Amino acid sequence: MPEQLLTYALILAKLGLIFFVILTLAAYLVLAERKILARMQLRYGPNRVGPFGMLQPLSDLIKLLTKEDFLPATADKWLFLIAPGLSAVTALLTFAVVPFGPPLEIFGQTLPLVVIDLNIGVLYFLGLSSLAVYGMALGGWASNSKYALLGSIRGLAQLISYELALGLSLVPVVMMARSFSLTEIVMAQAQIPYLLLNPPAFLIFLISVVAESKRIPFDLPEAENELVAGFHTEYSGMRFGLFFVGEYINLIILGAMITVFFLGGWHGPYLPGVVWFSLKVLAICFFFIWVRASLPRLRYDQLMHFGWKLLLPLALLNVLVTGAVLLWIG
Amino acid sequence: MHLWRDLRGTLQPFWVTLRNMFRKPVTIQYPEQRREPPPRYRARLILTRDPDGQERCVACHLCSAACPVDCISMQATEAEDGRRYAAWFRINFSRCIFCGLCTEACPTLAIQVTNDFELAGRDPLKLVYEKEDLLVDHCGQEPDYNFYRQAGIGVAAPRGSNPTETPPVDVKDLLP
Repeated sequence: MPEQLLTYALILAKLGLIFFVILTLAAYLVLAERKILARMQLRYGPNRVGPFGMLQPLSDLIKLLTKEDFLPATADKWLFLIAPGLSAVTALLTFAVVPFGPPLEIFGQTLPLVVIDLNIGVLYFLGLSSLAVYGMALGGWASNSKYALLGSIRGLAQLISYELALGLSLVPVVMMARSFSLTEIVMAQAQIPYLLLNPPAFLIFLISVVAESKRIPFDLPEAENELVAGFHTEYSGMRFGLFFVGEYINLIILGAMITVFFLGGWHGPYLPGVVWFSLKVLAICFFFIWVRASLPRLRYDQLMHFGWKLLLPLALLNVLVTGAVLLWIG
Repeated sequence: MHLWRDLRGTLQPFWVTLRNMFRKPVTIQYPEQRREPPPRYRARLILTRDPDGQERCVACHLCSAACPVDCISMQATEAEDGRRYAAWFRINFSRCIFCGLCTEACPTLAIQVTNDFELAGRDPLKLVYEKEDLLVDHCGQEPDYNFYRQAGIGVAAPRGSNPTETPPVDVKDLLP
């Protein structure tokens, strides 16, 4: 029995740690994004609160918490209230299966640095990433506002046009690793990351993931210069904050997923595994911010054409070719 | 197919943004760093004095007539020596649009613009400037001009004794 209790305690400890790290990281990612975007646009960005603006996330939090929590008169009350939570929680849940370091040896016991090593981790990630759209769709629908509704409809349409390519670009990874478990996928990349073995899958996954994060080239659900603020037009205070934090948590999760699937997870020379993992995730996050500074928003139909006519056939072809090569190698 | 063009158009911005990230920002950190406004900047209005230290304003109402937002008002009076002046003079800076039309209209160069733009405050009524707030102790941007020395009405000096004037002709001395 104590054996089992220890396991539960460890899982709880890992959960708490991840929770803390992810939320702090998300808050500072907002600051980093604002600063990096500003530097790319020849501005300074937030630099007034604390040294170099380092306390900005804290003051943002205080501001959001003290604002009015507004409920539109015609809104669908319960859906309106739970939607922001949905989008933040689905994003957080995904991190349960992400292995962020090699198994540790402590007191003669192996401690896997992952909350739960599901043997269907890939499917769990895909399922949760599709569920994440509910927060946005329900939030927009429950607001009973035309801009919010348009935003969430766009979000749903966007989901079906990139999600297929997203799933299909992971099929070669699963075929090469011969496992659905994220830990084993990382183990299989000990020699050479899949980024080099299968660059097309990486590219397709990267583009789909940018669409999944609903950030700039694909930020149609928000599209602030067409739809006011898209699906969160009617939200204020901390509920808006939850959507906002959810977006950045999602960013970290997707960075972690790219790292796990294509960049070799914790593998890397000289530095400990956890450090390598964090470095890779942060690099991906920087890339996301860089994309936001560089590219304009795609038009709605352009995204649909791109998803259905280019990404999907490419992903299918990639599955075929990878399968053929794997068969030929044996 | 514009594949090459599209690819270039997608990848080039990344280079541009990365390059700009390492350049010095152009922001001026306002309260600590200040930029000197240009000499002809139009901001807070003042009422100047002539080189003799007298008020230039003759309360002719031309500035308030020219003002597109009607933010200037005054009351005209006349002193014992014939000098006209404003009994009170009021500019509502919460209405003023700093167009400078009043300074264009002013015949005595009394009302002038300065480059002091820091007028913001929390109470709009504090932006209503009275004559004592507006009147300054210098000549502004026109150090030499004195209306009463050009006007020929014998206020600053007896008629005909100002440098640009000739003494008045006594038309009666030609009479037989």
